[in-house]
Amino acid sequence: MSGRGEIDRLVTLLGRLPGLGPRSARRAALALLRQPQARMLPLADALAQAAHAVRTCSHCGNLDTSDPCAICVDPSRDEGLVCVVENVGDLWALERAGVHRGVYQVLGGTLSALSGTGPDDLNVQPLLDRIAAGGVREVILALGATVEGATTMHWLHERLARFDVRISRVGQGVPVGGALDVLDDGTLAAAIMARRPA
Amino acid sequence: MEWEAPALVLSATPYGEGSAIVHVLTGEYGLYHGLARGGSSSRGRAVWQTGNLVRARWVARLSEQLGTITAETVHASAARILDYPVPLAILASLCALADGSLPEREPHLAVFQGLTSLLARISLDPEWAEREGMAEVVRWELLLLSELGFGLDLGHCALGGDSGDLKWVSPRTGRAVSDERAGEWRDRLLPLPAFVLDSDQVGTPQDWYDGLRLSGHFLHRDAFGQRHRPVPEARGRLADMIARKADIVPPGQAGEDEPAEPDGHNPVDKP
Repeated sequence: MSGRGEIDRLVTLLGRLPGLGPRSARRAALALLRQPQARMLPLADALAQAAHAVRTCSHCGNLDTSDPCAICVDPSRDEGLVCVVENVGDLWALERAGVHRGVYQVLGGTLSALSGTGPDDLNVQPLLDRIAAGGVREVILALGATVEGATTMHWLHERLARFDVRISRVGQGVPVGGALDVLDDGTLAAAIMARRPA
Repeated sequence: MEWEAPALVLSATPYGEGSAIVHVLTGEYGLYHGLARGGSSSRGRAVWQTGNLVRARWVARLSEQLGTITAETVHASAARILDYPVPLAILASLCALADGSLPEREPHLAVFQGLTSLLARISLDPEWAEREGMAEVVRWELLLLSELGFGLDLGHCALGGDSGDLKWVSPRTGRAVSDERAGEWRDRLLPLPAFVLDSDQVGTPQDWYDGLRLSGHFLHRDAFGQRHRPVPEARGRLADMIARKADIVPPGQAGEDEPAEPDGHNPVDKP
């Protein structure tokens, strides 16, 4: 592999990114190498800048160039409405949808026997501190409809029960645009169990 | 090499581009690992939820290989109990125990059948699980110990006492002791709840907690301890829930005055 050390290193590093395997990494590397001025150097520059500038918000766990993040200091946000999400990707999804005008709490994972994530690994204390300080009316638990997500939700619910706040969770069931005959059994079961008066 | 059989999903770890390494338990072939292509995609994740009963097909060129596994859902247990804390904790605990303690590719039909029927019943009637399911959970854990070669001897009193009065178990030998013969050793023995010996009884939260202490001690020391692994945290969370139902402060959350277990660890909670 003499003379290809840099390319192999690039492919290896790209291949470690989530969603990219060796084959996709090679394609991405090739696309970058074909246009180094237009694609590769701007990407390298953006990566370096982001690595230096982006930090974790000490209030909510979001990623931003400032601490507290732009969401936490936005005066138009409803600080009494806190949405708890598993990771920053979930926060971004809710922001893209524009459906939540409150603030967030990013847990950084869910309780999992397999990955060894325990209660001490979750970023919960800032949420408890925020509620204890007063001003929080409702906590929305927006965690995944998985065994790990639901386990974390129940665990969190127990810890929040001592506070005088409303605790709600996101709904489960038929996705928008989804036909019943193509849904999996689990989703159908969850949808029937979560039915509500029409 | 290939097989096709009903299987319980014990765990699934995302791997590569949308795939997952899954662990399944079958009656005929035991615990198997396999690569599920698309297993962590939005469609695949629903199939590979912990506790689901699936019709699985495992294929590999050589038996030593990891192999690939495909499946169709037969019964989606997890989706039915996501809203129920105790049944969900039971499901997570039982699957984690089977996943962490059973040897690979060694059939344990009784463990599979017991777990399948227990999970099916819990998911079809979560309120039964809250009311009386814990007795079955403890019995299944004792069955698991027995299948792994660490069965308890609960048939008669180890000290020659009345076999109709068995109330205690020696944490060292795993043999039952009658209440009469326990005497001054009582504080150092593990309580043996009546529902363990009498399948008609369902017990109280205190009995369930005692049952979890009993099986937990031997799971910690033998089934997991001998493999130098910790008992899964999911079981500790279940035990904490039951302790709260029984109005007991779990030893791990108590003050320094809380009496320690005979071997210095909390057999119910994490080691």
